[in-house]
Amino acid sequence: MSTTHSVPKISVRGLCKSFGRKQVLDGLDIDCGRGESLVVIGGSGTGKSVLVKCILGLLHPEAGSIRIDGAETVGLPRAARERLLQKFGMLFQGSALFDSLNVWENVAFGLVRGRGMERPAAREIALARLASVGLGPEVSLLRTAELSGGMQKRVALARAIAAAPEIVFFDEPTTGLDPIMADVINDLIVKCVREVGTTAVSITHDMVSARKIADRIAMLYEGRIVWHGPTADIDHSGNPYVDQFIHGRADGPIKMQVRAA
Amino acid sequence: MLRFFAAVGAAFLTFLATTGRLALFAGMSLATAFTPPFYPGVILRQMVSIGYFSLPVVGLTAVFTGMVLALQSYTGFSRFSAEGAVATVVVLSVTRELGPVISGLMVAGRVGAAIAAEIGTMRVTDQIDALTTLSTDPLRYLVLPRLLAGVITLPMLVLIADIIGVFGGYLVGVYKLGFNPQAYLNGTWQHLETMDLVSGLVKAAVFGFIVALMGCYQGYHSRGGAQGVGRATTHAVVSASILILLVDYLITAAFFSR
Repeated sequence: MSTTHSVPKISVRGLCKSFGRKQVLDGLDIDCGRGESLVVIGGSGTGKSVLVKCILGLLHPEAGSIRIDGAETVGLPRAARERLLQKFGMLFQGSALFDSLNVWENVAFGLVRGRGMERPAAREIALARLASVGLGPEVSLLRTAELSGGMQKRVALARAIAAAPEIVFFDEPTTGLDPIMADVINDLIVKCVREVGTTAVSITHDMVSARKIADRIAMLYEGRIVWHGPTADIDHSGNPYVDQFIHGRADGPIKMQVRAA
Repeated sequence: MLRFFAAVGAAFLTFLATTGRLALFAGMSLATAFTPPFYPGVILRQMVSIGYFSLPVVGLTAVFTGMVLALQSYTGFSRFSAEGAVATVVVLSVTRELGPVISGLMVAGRVGAAIAAEIGTMRVTDQIDALTTLSTDPLRYLVLPRLLAGVITLPMLVLIADIIGVFGGYLVGVYKLGFNPQAYLNGTWQHLETMDLVSGLVKAAVFGFIVALMGCYQGYHSRGGAQGVGRATTHAVVSASILILLVDYLITAAFFSR
Protein backbone atom coordinates (compact mmCIF):
# COMPACT_ATOMS: atom_id res chain seq x y z
CA MET A 1 0.00 0.00 0.00
CA SER A 2 1.19 3.51 -0.62
CA THR A 3 2.46 5.60 2.28
CA THR A 4 3.59 9.15 2.64
CA HIS A 5 6.84 8.05 4.32
CA SER A 6 9.00 4.97 3.92
CA VAL A 7 7.93 3.69 7.37
CA PRO A 8 4.15 3.72 7.72
CA LYS A 9 2.70 5.16 10.91
CA ILE A 10 0.63 1.99 11.27
CA SER A 11 1.47 -1.26 9.56
CA VAL A 12 -0.68 -4.36 10.03
CA ARG A 13 0.36 -7.70 8.55
CA GLY A 14 -1.37 -11.07 8.60
CA LEU A 15 -3.68 -10.11 11.46
CA CYS A 16 -5.91 -12.94 12.66
CA LYS A 17 -8.55 -12.73 15.34
CA SER A 18 -11.39 -15.12 16.05
CA PHE A 19 -14.15 -15.40 18.63
CA GLY A 20 -14.89 -19.04 19.24
CA ARG A 21 -15.25 -20.63 15.82
CA LYS A 22 -15.93 -17.34 14.07
CA GLN A 23 -12.86 -16.04 12.25
CA VAL A 24 -13.32 -12.26 12.24
CA LEU A 25 -9.94 -11.13 10.94
CA ASP A 26 -8.24 -13.57 8.60
CA GLY A 27 -4.73 -12.48 7.68
CA LEU A 28 -5.55 -8.79 7.30
CA ASP A 29 -2.89 -6.46 5.82
CA ILE A 30 -3.18 -2.68 5.94
CA ASP A 31 -0.90 0.36 6.19
CA CYS A 32 -1.61 3.93 7.19
CA GLY A 33 0.88 6.66 6.41
CA ARG A 34 1.95 9.48 8.70
CA GLY A 35 -0.63 12.29 8.68
CA GLU A 36 -2.95 10.26 6.47
CA SER A 37 -6.69 9.88 7.02
CA LEU A 38 -7.60 6.27 6.33
CA VAL A 39 -11.20 5.13 6.39
CA VAL A 40 -12.03 1.43 6.65
CA ILE A 41 -15.48 0.65 5.31
CA GLY A 42 -17.45 -2.56 5.52
CA GLY A 43 -20.78 -3.95 6.58
CA SER A 44 -21.91 -4.41 10.17
CA GLY A 45 -20.17 -7.30 11.87
CA THR A 46 -17.25 -7.52 9.44
CA GLY A 47 -14.68 -6.80 12.14
CA LYS A 48 -13.91 -3.11 11.66
CA SER A 49 -14.10 -2.39 15.39
CA VAL A 50 -12.11 -5.56 16.11
CA LEU A 51 -9.32 -4.27 13.86
CA VAL A 52 -9.14 -0.97 15.75
CA LYS A 53 -9.31 -2.70 19.14
CA CYS A 54 -6.44 -4.98 18.11
CA ILE A 55 -4.32 -1.97 17.11
CA LEU A 56 -5.15 -0.27 20.45
CA GLY A 57 -4.29 -3.45 22.36
CA LEU A 58 -7.80 -3.84 23.76
CA LEU A 59 -8.01 -7.22 22.00
CA HIS A 60 -5.15 -9.65 21.52
CA PRO A 61 -4.80 -11.11 18.01
CA GLU A 62 -3.98 -14.80 17.58
CA ALA A 63 -1.48 -14.12 14.83
CA GLY A 64 0.02 -11.29 12.83
CA SER A 65 2.01 -8.15 13.35
CA ILE A 66 0.99 -4.59 14.25
CA ARG A 67 3.75 -2.01 13.95
CA ILE A 68 3.48 1.59 15.09
CA ASP A 69 6.30 3.80 13.74
CA GLY A 70 8.01 0.59 12.72
CA ALA A 71 8.00 -0.94 16.23
CA GLU A 72 6.15 -4.18 16.93
CA THR A 73 3.31 -3.75 19.41
CA VAL A 74 1.78 -7.23 19.60
CA GLY A 75 2.67 -8.82 22.92
CA LEU A 76 4.00 -5.60 24.46
CA PRO A 77 4.38 -5.72 28.26
CA ARG A 78 1.83 -3.75 30.28
CA ALA A 79 4.06 -0.74 31.04
CA ALA A 80 5.20 -0.39 27.44
CA ARG A 81 1.59 -0.70 26.28
CA GLU A 82 0.58 2.15 28.64
CA ARG A 83 3.34 4.33 27.16
CA LEU A 84 2.26 3.43 23.64
CA LEU A 85 -1.37 4.33 24.40
CA GLN A 86 -0.27 7.93 24.98
CA LYS A 87 0.16 8.16 21.20
CA PHE A 88 -3.50 7.25 20.64
CA GLY A 89 -6.84 8.96 20.91
CA MET A 90 -10.14 7.22 20.34
CA LEU A 91 -13.66 8.36 19.57
CA PHE A 92 -16.01 5.53 20.48
CA GLN A 93 -19.19 4.75 18.59
CA GLY A 94 -21.40 5.42 21.62
CA SER A 95 -19.11 8.25 22.81
CA ALA A 96 -18.29 6.28 26.01
CA LEU A 97 -18.26 9.40 28.15
CA PHE A 98 -17.91 8.86 31.90
CA ASP A 99 -21.31 9.68 33.36
CA SER A 100 -19.88 10.16 36.85
CA LEU A 101 -17.91 13.19 35.63
CA ASN A 102 -18.92 16.50 34.10
CA VAL A 103 -18.00 17.57 30.58
CA TRP A 104 -14.64 19.22 31.20
CA GLU A 105 -13.55 16.44 33.56
CA ASN A 106 -14.30 13.96 30.78
CA VAL A 107 -12.21 15.91 28.29
CA ALA A 108 -9.37 16.39 30.78
CA PHE A 109 -9.47 12.82 32.09
CA GLY A 110 -6.51 11.48 30.10
CA LEU A 111 -4.42 14.53 30.99
CA VAL A 112 -5.13 14.34 34.74
CA ARG A 113 -5.26 10.58 35.33
CA GLY A 114 -3.11 9.28 32.49
CA ARG A 115 -0.42 11.96 32.41
CA GLY A 116 -0.52 13.39 35.93
CA MET A 117 -1.27 16.97 34.84
CA GLU A 118 -2.58 19.42 37.49
CA ARG A 119 -6.34 19.93 37.28
CA PRO A 120 -6.28 23.73 36.59
CA ALA A 121 -3.88 23.30 33.65
CA ALA A 122 -5.87 20.32 32.33
CA ARG A 123 -9.08 22.34 32.65
CA GLU A 124 -7.61 25.11 30.48
CA ILE A 125 -6.73 22.60 27.77
CA ALA A 126 -10.14 20.94 28.08
CA LEU A 127 -11.93 24.30 27.61
CA ALA A 128 -9.76 25.05 24.56
CA ARG A 129 -10.55 21.65 23.05
CA LEU A 130 -14.25 22.12 23.75
CA ALA A 131 -14.08 25.50 22.02
CA SER A 132 -12.40 23.88 19.01
CA VAL A 133 -15.40 21.53 18.63
CA GLY A 134 -17.83 24.42 19.00
CA LEU A 135 -18.82 24.06 22.66
CA GLY A 136 -18.63 27.03 25.01
CA PRO A 137 -17.51 27.08 28.64
CA GLU A 138 -21.16 27.02 29.79
CA VAL A 139 -21.30 23.38 28.67
CA SER A 140 -18.21 22.39 30.63
CA LEU A 141 -19.99 21.94 33.95
CA LEU A 142 -22.92 19.91 32.59
CA ARG A 143 -23.24 16.20 33.24
CA THR A 144 -22.89 14.07 30.12
CA ALA A 145 -26.45 12.74 30.56
CA GLU A 146 -27.70 16.30 30.00
CA LEU A 147 -26.19 16.46 26.50
CA SER A 148 -27.81 15.56 23.18
CA GLY A 149 -26.27 12.80 21.03
CA GLY A 150 -24.52 15.31 18.80
CA MET A 151 -23.08 17.22 21.75
CA GLN A 152 -21.89 13.97 23.30
CA LYS A 153 -20.04 13.17 20.06
CA ARG A 154 -18.42 16.59 20.14
CA VAL A 155 -17.32 16.14 23.75
CA ALA A 156 -16.00 12.68 22.90
CA LEU A 157 -14.12 14.19 19.96
CA ALA A 158 -12.65 16.88 22.25
CA ARG A 159 -11.59 14.14 24.67
CA ALA A 160 -10.02 12.08 21.88
CA ILE A 161 -7.82 14.99 20.77
CA ALA A 162 -7.26 16.58 24.20
CA ALA A 163 -3.74 15.20 24.64
CA ALA A 164 -2.79 15.95 21.00
CA PRO A 165 -2.32 12.27 20.13
CA GLU A 166 -0.29 11.17 17.12
CA ILE A 167 -3.00 8.77 15.96
CA VAL A 168 -6.76 9.16 16.42
CA PHE A 169 -9.26 6.37 15.82
CA PHE A 170 -12.86 7.19 14.98
CA ASP A 171 -15.36 4.36 15.43
CA GLU A 172 -18.55 5.07 13.48
CA PRO A 173 -18.32 8.82 14.22
CA THR A 174 -21.64 9.70 12.58
CA THR A 175 -23.80 6.72 13.51
CA GLY A 176 -27.08 7.73 15.10
CA LEU A 177 -26.79 11.40 14.18
CA ASP A 178 -29.07 13.39 11.91
CA PRO A 179 -27.48 14.33 8.53
CA ILE A 180 -26.72 17.90 9.56
CA MET A 181 -25.08 16.95 12.84
CA ALA A 182 -23.23 14.15 11.03
CA ASP A 183 -21.82 16.73 8.63
CA VAL A 184 -20.84 18.97 11.54
CA ILE A 185 -18.96 16.05 13.11
CA ASN A 186 -17.31 15.23 9.77
CA ASP A 187 -16.17 18.84 9.42
CA LEU A 188 -14.80 18.80 12.95
CA ILE A 189 -12.90 15.58 12.30
CA VAL A 190 -11.38 16.98 9.10
CA LYS A 191 -10.51 20.23 10.89
CA CYS A 192 -9.00 18.50 13.90
CA VAL A 193 -7.01 16.06 11.80
CA ARG A 194 -5.71 18.70 9.40
CA GLU A 195 -4.96 21.30 12.10
CA VAL A 196 -2.99 18.95 14.34
CA GLY A 197 -1.56 16.96 11.44
CA THR A 198 -2.48 13.76 13.16
CA THR A 199 -2.88 10.33 11.60
CA ALA A 200 -6.51 9.24 11.55
CA VAL A 201 -8.07 5.83 11.16
CA SER A 202 -11.85 5.85 10.92
CA ILE A 203 -14.24 2.97 10.57
CA THR A 204 -17.67 3.56 9.18
CA HIS A 205 -20.34 2.27 6.86
CA ASP A 206 -21.53 5.82 6.18
CA MET A 207 -20.24 6.58 2.67
CA VAL A 208 -21.01 10.30 2.92
CA SER A 209 -18.79 10.47 5.97
CA ALA A 210 -16.10 8.29 4.37
CA ARG A 211 -15.92 10.45 1.26
CA LYS A 212 -15.60 13.59 3.35
CA ILE A 213 -12.96 12.57 5.88
CA ALA A 214 -10.83 10.04 3.97
CA ASP A 215 -7.60 10.49 2.06
CA ARG A 216 -7.73 6.80 1.35
CA ILE A 217 -10.43 4.15 1.74
CA ALA A 218 -10.04 0.42 2.42
CA MET A 219 -12.85 -2.08 2.24
CA LEU A 220 -12.98 -4.93 4.77
CA TYR A 221 -14.84 -8.12 3.93
CA GLU A 222 -14.55 -11.59 5.44
CA GLY A 223 -11.56 -10.64 7.55
CA ARG A 224 -9.45 -9.19 4.74
CA ILE A 225 -9.00 -5.93 2.89
CA VAL A 226 -10.61 -6.61 -0.49
CA TRP A 227 -9.88 -3.18 -1.96
CA HIS A 228 -8.02 0.00 -1.04
CA GLY A 229 -7.25 3.20 -2.87
CA PRO A 230 -7.59 6.97 -2.91
CA THR A 231 -11.02 8.34 -2.07
CA ALA A 232 -11.40 9.71 -5.60
CA ASP A 233 -11.13 6.16 -7.01
CA ILE A 234 -13.94 4.64 -4.97
CA ASP A 235 -16.59 5.20 -7.65
CA HIS A 236 -14.60 3.40 -10.35
CA SER A 237 -12.81 0.81 -8.27
CA GLY A 238 -13.83 -2.05 -10.53
CA ASN A 239 -14.31 -4.13 -7.41
CA PRO A 240 -17.72 -5.85 -7.15
CA TYR A 241 -17.66 -5.78 -3.32
CA VAL A 242 -17.00 -2.04 -3.25
CA ASP A 243 -19.58 -1.35 -5.94
CA GLN A 244 -22.26 -3.29 -4.08
CA PHE A 245 -21.39 -1.61 -0.80
CA ILE A 246 -21.24 2.01 -1.94
CA HIS A 247 -24.47 1.66 -3.93
CA GLY A 248 -26.19 -0.17 -1.07
CA ARG A 249 -27.43 -3.06 -3.21
CA ALA A 250 -28.85 -6.19 -1.60
CA ASP A 251 -27.70 -8.32 -4.56
CA GLY A 252 -24.03 -8.97 -5.11
CA PRO A 253 -21.07 -10.91 -3.80
CA ILE A 254 -21.45 -9.60 -0.22
CA LYS A 255 -23.52 -11.93 1.91
CA MET A 256 -25.01 -10.21 4.93
CA GLN A 257 -23.86 -11.53 8.30
CA VAL A 258 -26.53 -12.02 10.90
CA ARG A 259 -24.34 -12.06 14.02
CA ALA A 260 -22.07 -9.19 15.04
CA ALA A 261 -18.34 -9.83 15.32
CA MET B 1 -23.51 -42.98 32.65
CA LEU B 2 -20.62 -41.62 30.60
CA ARG B 3 -22.67 -38.53 29.87
CA PHE B 4 -23.16 -37.97 33.60
CA PHE B 5 -19.41 -38.11 34.29
CA ALA B 6 -18.75 -35.83 31.32
CA ALA B 7 -21.21 -33.27 32.72
CA VAL B 8 -19.65 -33.45 36.19
CA GLY B 9 -16.19 -33.14 34.69
CA ALA B 10 -17.18 -30.16 32.56
CA ALA B 11 -18.73 -28.42 35.57
CA PHE B 12 -15.61 -29.08 37.62
CA LEU B 13 -13.34 -27.73 34.87
CA THR B 14 -15.53 -24.61 34.56
CA PHE B 15 -15.30 -24.14 38.32
CA LEU B 16 -11.50 -24.41 38.23
CA ALA B 17 -11.23 -22.02 35.27
CA THR B 18 -13.49 -19.45 36.97
CA THR B 19 -11.56 -19.73 40.23
CA GLY B 20 -8.31 -19.22 38.32
CA ARG B 21 -9.68 -16.18 36.48
CA LEU B 22 -10.99 -14.70 39.72
CA ALA B 23 -7.65 -15.22 41.49
CA LEU B 24 -5.79 -13.68 38.56
CA PHE B 25 -8.19 -10.73 38.51
CA ALA B 26 -7.73 -10.15 42.25
CA GLY B 27 -3.96 -10.55 42.06
CA MET B 28 -3.54 -8.20 39.10
CA SER B 29 -5.76 -5.60 40.77
CA LEU B 30 -3.90 -5.77 44.09
CA ALA B 31 -0.55 -5.59 42.28
CA THR B 32 -1.44 -2.10 41.03
CA ALA B 33 -1.36 -0.89 44.67
CA PHE B 34 2.45 -1.04 44.69
CA THR B 35 3.23 1.21 41.72
CA PRO B 36 2.14 4.79 40.93
CA PRO B 37 -0.09 6.49 39.99
CA PHE B 38 -2.20 6.25 43.15
CA TYR B 39 -5.75 7.55 43.39
CA PRO B 40 -6.38 8.41 47.08
CA GLY B 41 -9.34 10.64 46.19
CA VAL B 42 -11.07 7.79 44.37
CA ILE B 43 -10.44 5.44 47.32
CA LEU B 44 -11.90 8.00 49.73
CA ARG B 45 -15.00 8.40 47.54
CA GLN B 46 -15.48 4.65 47.50
CA MET B 47 -15.07 4.48 51.28
CA VAL B 48 -17.86 7.00 51.66
CA SER B 49 -20.02 5.15 49.13
CA ILE B 50 -19.44 1.68 50.61
CA GLY B 51 -19.11 2.57 54.29
CA TYR B 52 -20.97 5.75 55.14
CA PHE B 53 -23.99 5.15 52.92
CA SER B 54 -24.36 1.58 54.24
CA LEU B 55 -24.63 2.81 57.84
CA PRO B 56 -28.45 3.15 57.95
CA VAL B 57 -29.19 -0.32 56.58
CA VAL B 58 -26.47 -2.01 58.65
CA GLY B 59 -27.48 -0.10 61.80
CA LEU B 60 -31.14 -1.02 61.39
CA THR B 61 -30.45 -4.71 60.84
CA ALA B 62 -28.01 -4.73 63.77
CA VAL B 63 -30.44 -3.21 66.26
CA PHE B 64 -33.22 -5.63 65.33
CA THR B 65 -30.83 -8.57 65.34
CA GLY B 66 -29.71 -7.71 68.88
CA MET B 67 -33.30 -7.26 70.02
CA VAL B 68 -34.52 -10.54 68.52
CA LEU B 69 -31.47 -12.37 69.85
CA ALA B 70 -32.15 -11.15 73.40
CA LEU B 71 -35.79 -12.17 73.15
CA GLN B 72 -35.06 -15.60 71.68
CA SER B 73 -32.24 -16.36 74.11
CA TYR B 74 -34.44 -15.39 77.03
CA THR B 75 -37.37 -17.61 75.99
CA GLY B 76 -35.00 -20.49 75.29
CA PHE B 77 -32.79 -20.16 78.35
CA SER B 78 -35.70 -19.65 80.73
CA ARG B 79 -36.62 -23.31 80.11
CA PHE B 80 -33.60 -24.37 82.13
CA SER B 81 -33.31 -21.27 84.36
CA ALA B 82 -30.31 -19.79 82.55
CA GLU B 83 -31.78 -16.33 81.89
CA GLY B 84 -28.67 -14.73 83.39
CA ALA B 85 -26.65 -15.79 80.31
CA VAL B 86 -28.73 -13.68 77.91
CA ALA B 87 -26.39 -10.65 77.94
CA THR B 88 -23.33 -12.84 77.36
CA VAL B 89 -25.00 -14.79 74.56
CA VAL B 90 -26.07 -11.57 72.87
CA VAL B 91 -22.64 -9.93 72.97
CA LEU B 92 -20.77 -13.07 71.88
CA SER B 93 -23.21 -13.87 69.08
CA VAL B 94 -23.20 -10.32 67.81
CA THR B 95 -19.44 -9.70 67.92
CA ARG B 96 -18.31 -13.12 66.73
CA GLU B 97 -20.98 -13.99 64.22
CA LEU B 98 -24.09 -11.96 63.58
CA GLY B 99 -22.46 -8.52 63.36
CA PRO B 100 -19.99 -9.43 60.61
CA VAL B 101 -22.22 -11.91 58.74
CA ILE B 102 -25.38 -9.81 58.67
CA SER B 103 -23.41 -6.65 57.84
CA GLY B 104 -21.56 -8.56 55.12
CA LEU B 105 -24.78 -9.87 53.60
CA MET B 106 -26.47 -6.45 53.74
CA VAL B 107 -23.46 -4.78 52.14
CA ALA B 108 -23.34 -7.55 49.51
CA GLY B 109 -26.94 -6.70 48.62
CA ARG B 110 -26.48 -2.96 48.64
CA VAL B 111 -22.90 -2.36 47.56
CA GLY B 112 -22.03 -5.55 45.63
CA ALA B 113 -25.01 -5.03 43.38
CA ALA B 114 -24.21 -1.34 42.88
CA ILE B 115 -20.57 -2.05 42.03
CA ALA B 116 -21.50 -4.77 39.53
CA ALA B 117 -24.15 -2.58 37.91
CA GLU B 118 -21.87 0.45 37.65
CA ILE B 119 -18.82 -1.38 36.30
CA GLY B 120 -21.02 -3.61 34.12
CA THR B 121 -22.64 -0.55 32.54
CA MET B 122 -19.19 0.94 32.00
CA ARG B 123 -18.15 -2.29 30.28
CA VAL B 124 -21.10 -2.53 27.89
CA THR B 125 -20.91 1.18 27.00
CA ASP B 126 -17.16 0.99 26.21
CA GLN B 127 -16.26 3.25 29.14
CA ILE B 128 -13.71 0.71 30.41
CA ASP B 129 -12.06 0.57 26.97
CA ALA B 130 -12.14 4.38 26.98
CA LEU B 131 -10.24 4.38 30.29
CA THR B 132 -7.56 2.20 28.72
CA THR B 133 -7.22 4.45 25.69
CA LEU B 134 -6.81 7.40 28.06
CA SER B 135 -3.73 5.71 29.57
CA THR B 136 -5.61 4.76 32.73
CA ASP B 137 -5.48 1.17 33.95
CA PRO B 138 -9.10 0.16 34.75
CA LEU B 139 -7.91 -2.29 37.41
CA ARG B 140 -6.01 0.50 39.14
CA TYR B 141 -8.73 3.14 38.74
CA LEU B 142 -11.93 1.11 39.13
CA VAL B 143 -11.15 -2.14 40.94
CA LEU B 144 -8.38 -1.43 43.44
CA PRO B 145 -10.14 1.55 45.14
CA ARG B 146 -13.26 -0.57 45.65
CA LEU B 147 -11.29 -3.52 47.04
CA LEU B 148 -9.40 -1.28 49.47
CA ALA B 149 -12.54 0.59 50.47
CA GLY B 150 -14.32 -2.72 51.14
CA VAL B 151 -11.47 -4.04 53.30
CA ILE B 152 -11.13 -0.79 55.26
CA THR B 153 -14.78 0.18 55.78
CA LEU B 154 -16.42 -3.18 56.54
CA PRO B 155 -14.58 -3.57 59.89
CA MET B 156 -15.64 0.00 60.81
CA LEU B 157 -19.22 -0.81 59.85
CA VAL B 158 -19.14 -4.05 61.82
CA LEU B 159 -17.73 -2.32 64.91
CA ILE B 160 -20.65 0.09 64.78
CA ALA B 161 -23.05 -2.80 64.07
CA ASP B 162 -21.64 -4.64 67.12
CA ILE B 163 -22.30 -1.65 69.38
CA ILE B 164 -25.80 -1.10 67.99
CA GLY B 165 -26.62 -4.82 68.16
CA VAL B 166 -25.55 -5.08 71.79
CA PHE B 167 -27.52 -1.91 72.51
CA GLY B 168 -30.60 -3.53 70.90
CA GLY B 169 -30.18 -6.51 73.19
CA TYR B 170 -29.79 -4.17 76.15
CA LEU B 171 -33.02 -2.35 75.27
CA VAL B 172 -35.04 -5.55 75.15
CA GLY B 173 -33.25 -7.04 78.17
CA VAL B 174 -33.78 -4.03 80.41
CA TYR B 175 -37.08 -2.54 79.22
CA LYS B 176 -38.98 -5.66 78.15
CA LEU B 177 -37.49 -8.56 80.06
CA GLY B 178 -36.86 -6.62 83.26
CA PHE B 179 -33.11 -7.15 83.69
CA ASN B 180 -31.25 -4.84 86.03
CA PRO B 181 -29.31 -2.44 83.75
CA GLN B 182 -26.05 -2.76 85.69
CA ALA B 183 -26.35 -6.55 85.82
CA TYR B 184 -27.01 -6.70 82.09
CA LEU B 185 -23.95 -4.56 81.35
CA ASN B 186 -21.85 -6.68 83.71
CA GLY B 187 -23.03 -9.80 81.89
CA THR B 188 -22.08 -8.14 78.61
CA TRP B 189 -18.52 -7.20 79.59
CA GLN B 190 -17.66 -10.09 81.90
CA HIS B 191 -17.14 -12.79 79.30
CA LEU B 192 -16.22 -10.66 76.31
CA GLU B 193 -12.64 -11.28 75.20
CA THR B 194 -10.47 -9.39 72.76
CA MET B 195 -10.44 -12.39 70.41
CA ASP B 196 -14.25 -12.23 70.11
CA LEU B 197 -14.02 -8.72 68.70
CA VAL B 198 -10.89 -9.34 66.65
CA SER B 199 -12.30 -12.44 64.96
CA GLY B 200 -15.41 -10.48 63.99
CA LEU B 201 -13.35 -7.63 62.57
CA VAL B 202 -11.08 -10.00 60.62
CA LYS B 203 -14.20 -11.60 59.17
CA ALA B 204 -15.51 -8.15 58.29
CA ALA B 205 -12.33 -7.23 56.40
CA VAL B 206 -12.46 -10.50 54.44
CA PHE B 207 -16.18 -10.06 53.72
CA GLY B 208 -15.52 -6.50 52.53
CA PHE B 209 -12.91 -7.84 50.12
CA ILE B 210 -15.27 -10.57 48.89
CA VAL B 211 -18.18 -8.18 48.30
CA ALA B 212 -16.04 -5.67 46.39
CA LEU B 213 -14.19 -8.38 44.45
CA MET B 214 -17.33 -10.19 43.31
CA GLY B 215 -19.02 -6.91 42.33
CA CYS B 216 -15.98 -5.77 40.36
CA TYR B 217 -15.30 -9.18 38.76
CA GLN B 218 -18.87 -9.76 37.63
CA GLY B 219 -19.28 -6.19 36.39
CA TYR B 220 -15.91 -6.19 34.62
CA HIS B 221 -16.76 -9.35 32.70
CA SER B 222 -20.38 -8.57 31.94
CA ARG B 223 -21.47 -8.78 28.31
CA GLY B 224 -24.61 -8.39 26.28
CA GLY B 225 -26.17 -5.05 27.17
CA ALA B 226 -28.76 -4.43 29.87
CA GLN B 227 -29.52 -8.12 30.29
CA GLY B 228 -25.82 -8.87 30.80
CA VAL B 229 -25.52 -6.15 33.42
CA GLY B 230 -28.58 -7.51 35.22
CA ARG B 231 -27.07 -11.00 35.18
CA ALA B 232 -23.76 -9.68 36.49
CA THR B 233 -25.54 -7.89 39.33
CA THR B 234 -27.39 -11.04 40.36
CA HIS B 235 -24.25 -13.16 40.16
CA ALA B 236 -22.31 -10.61 42.21
CA VAL B 237 -24.82 -10.68 45.08
CA VAL B 238 -25.39 -14.44 45.04
CA SER B 239 -21.72 -15.40 44.76
CA ALA B 240 -20.67 -12.86 47.42
CA SER B 241 -23.39 -14.11 49.81
CA ILE B 242 -22.41 -17.76 49.37
CA LEU B 243 -18.70 -16.97 49.72
CA ILE B 244 -19.37 -14.94 52.88
CA LEU B 245 -21.12 -17.91 54.52
CA LEU B 246 -18.42 -20.34 53.37
CA VAL B 247 -15.51 -18.15 54.47
CA ASP B 248 -17.33 -17.40 57.74
CA TYR B 249 -17.13 -21.08 58.62
CA LEU B 250 -13.45 -21.31 57.66
CA ILE B 251 -12.45 -18.25 59.72
CA THR B 252 -14.54 -19.39 62.68
CA ALA B 253 -12.85 -22.80 62.50
CA ALA B 254 -9.44 -21.15 62.31
CA PHE B 255 -10.08 -18.91 65.33
CA PHE B 256 -12.11 -21.08 67.66
CA SER B 257 -11.73 -24.78 66.93
CA ARG B 258 -9.27 -26.11 69.47
